[in-house]
Amino acid sequence: MTSLWELASRRDVLLALVWREVKTRYRGSFLGFLWTLLNPLLLMAIYSLVFSVYMRVDMAKYPVFLFTGLLPWIWFTSALTTGATSIIEGSSLVKRVAFPPLMLPTVAVTANLVNFILALPLLLLFMIGHHVPLTYAVLGLPVAVAIQYVFTLALAVILAMLTVRYRDLQHLLGNLLTLWFFLTPILYSLPMVPASFRSLLLANPMTSIIASYQDALYYGRFPSAPRTLLAAGVSMALLALALQLYARWRWVVVEDV
Amino acid sequence: MTVPAIMLRGVTKRFRMRAGRGQRTLKSAFIDCFRHQPLRSADCYEALRNVDLTVMRGRSVGIIGENGSGKSTLLKVIGKIYRPDAGTVQVEGRLAALIELGADFHPEFTGRENIVINGMLMGLSRREIVDRLDEIVAFADIGDYIEQPARTYSSGMIMRLGFSVAAHLAPDILLIDEVLAVGDEAFAKKCGERIASFRQRGKTIVLVTHDPAAVERWCDEAMWLDRGVVRAMGPPWAVLDAYHRALAQREANHADAASAVSHAGIDSLPIPVVEIVGVFLSGKDGAPRDLYRAGEVLKATLSYRMRMPASPLVFGFEIVRSDGLVVYGARMAEPGVRGAAAGEIEVTVDSLDLVTGLYFLDVAAYGRDGQPYDQHTRRNPLQVCSDSDETGVARLRHEWRVIEGAGR
Repeated sequence: MTSLWELASRRDVLLALVWREVKTRYRGSFLGFLWTLLNPLLLMAIYSLVFSVYMRVDMAKYPVFLFTGLLPWIWFTSALTTGATSIIEGSSLVKRVAFPPLMLPTVAVTANLVNFILALPLLLLFMIGHHVPLTYAVLGLPVAVAIQYVFTLALAVILAMLTVRYRDLQHLLGNLLTLWFFLTPILYSLPMVPASFRSLLLANPMTSIIASYQDALYYGRFPSAPRTLLAAGVSMALLALALQLYARWRWVVVEDV
Repeated sequence: MTVPAIMLRGVTKRFRMRAGRGQRTLKSAFIDCFRHQPLRSADCYEALRNVDLTVMRGRSVGIIGENGSGKSTLLKVIGKIYRPDAGTVQVEGRLAALIELGADFHPEFTGRENIVINGMLMGLSRREIVDRLDEIVAFADIGDYIEQPARTYSSGMIMRLGFSVAAHLAPDILLIDEVLAVGDEAFAKKCGERIASFRQRGKTIVLVTHDPAAVERWCDEAMWLDRGVVRAMGPPWAVLDAYHRALAQREANHADAASAVSHAGIDSLPIPVVEIVGVFLSGKDGAPRDLYRAGEVLKATLSYRMRMPASPLVFGFEIVRSDGLVVYGARMAEPGVRGAAAGEIEVTVDSLDLVTGLYFLDVAAYGRDGQPYDQHTRRNPLQVCSDSDETGVARLRHEWRVIEGAGR
């Protein structure tokens, strides 16, 4: 917990670094901004083609469903991939007086959150285009974002420290995330999964997180409370573990960078 | 009343060696798992060993030593970037470090943008840094480049910008690592002025450098680190003197070993009758060291070699304070050596009753007539430290007694 306070006391630096990270991405022109939207759009176009045209997934307004799950997933994966290498790449920052290494994965997760938020209007346009109404259930969105933030941060912190020690982890991570993507209901919905597999799927915290987005935006209903609470609990516990590990490893991490 | 700004007590810092196999990977960890290789403690090395350092507020201390002597590690321990494995570190006041200047500048951002974020990283608030922005830009003096992305900068420009930001901080303690040689002469002069003004304003400075001139110029005190151990601490000129002598001796030893063969046949050189080959200082336990607490046992062992059959030899020693004052000197009353071609002489001082400071143990070998054959002058530094508040040279045994109510 003290590590979080340390971070909070330097939130001005945190924000400045997040801002720098976001700006690096959109540096140049307005086109730079559109460019970053291109990736999710292309992914969505391909998946829509494959799943709703070729494979004929029986779901109304499938592209909206897909996009709803895809955007938070892109936040998740890009936060983890940049987060994993954040301490290595920020080695010159880590060797500064009073710089908590914890800040670097936090910056990675937060900067990607900003990118996610910047992409949300596109999703809204999409919903309008497909006549998906925005309901009060949209209030569930910030909750989903908060839970995902905690969960992603916890993983990013652990990965960032492990990657300092084991440099090949970053390559492995890409493969693991691809597997994880297919095991999370983004391309398909939870009800499509045979009942016997469903509990297995729910063991994956990203399932409930992504499902919450789909509930809030696509289905227009409030996410199930027990599932949300469970996801929140798991995320908090994981963050507590991450901070525990951080308290133990931070000094070694600084030396190994 | 002066108070310490930095206080290190018995600081030891170990690093794990990566055993030359490069980066660890999951693959290698996985393989090691099956090999049942236990973690060997021998894979550690001590970058700092039992280092004591007290820097009073407003003083500046220079730390010298060869590469790999632990200077930078010491700075990082003071800056609380590294945590020592043993010992305590106390720092009073706001601290700023000039280490790897500009290393974290973002290549895609302009100089101006980098200044802001750099200043914030160094502990200024956004407001403080924006207020000083013009001043910093003027100080760096890199012209229109300030509006260009940092990737277009030369390394000198990056250093200049980095130093400018650092120079406009308002720290109480400044840690400097080898950055005084920033850019061209004009800029180096500006840097020097800046550091001088830091000193004038009573800031504490710790400077790590290879450059003896910088230590002499900027520092009130100097510390010599040798492979993680404090070899000497005291006035800069004295410490530098000891340092240079040790370096020269080491070089001479290397040269000796290299040219021993070629020297064998030359007899036109004056060959000393007797040669003091080495002097070895130790405590009661016989372990080599050069840092002593006042009142401890000091044992000096000198080894000699006779080059010619000589008359009986007398040995003597002197303890000389770093400023040249002879604290004490003595010679053997009787000739100690009569004919053996080589040997050792041991002299034990039961109680090294000196006040804190840097001293040298000089030794000499004389003939019966008092003619010195060989001597070691200012080659063997020894540091004495005392916990009590004392002045002068020698520590005279004394006792206090208070008799109350006995006034006349």
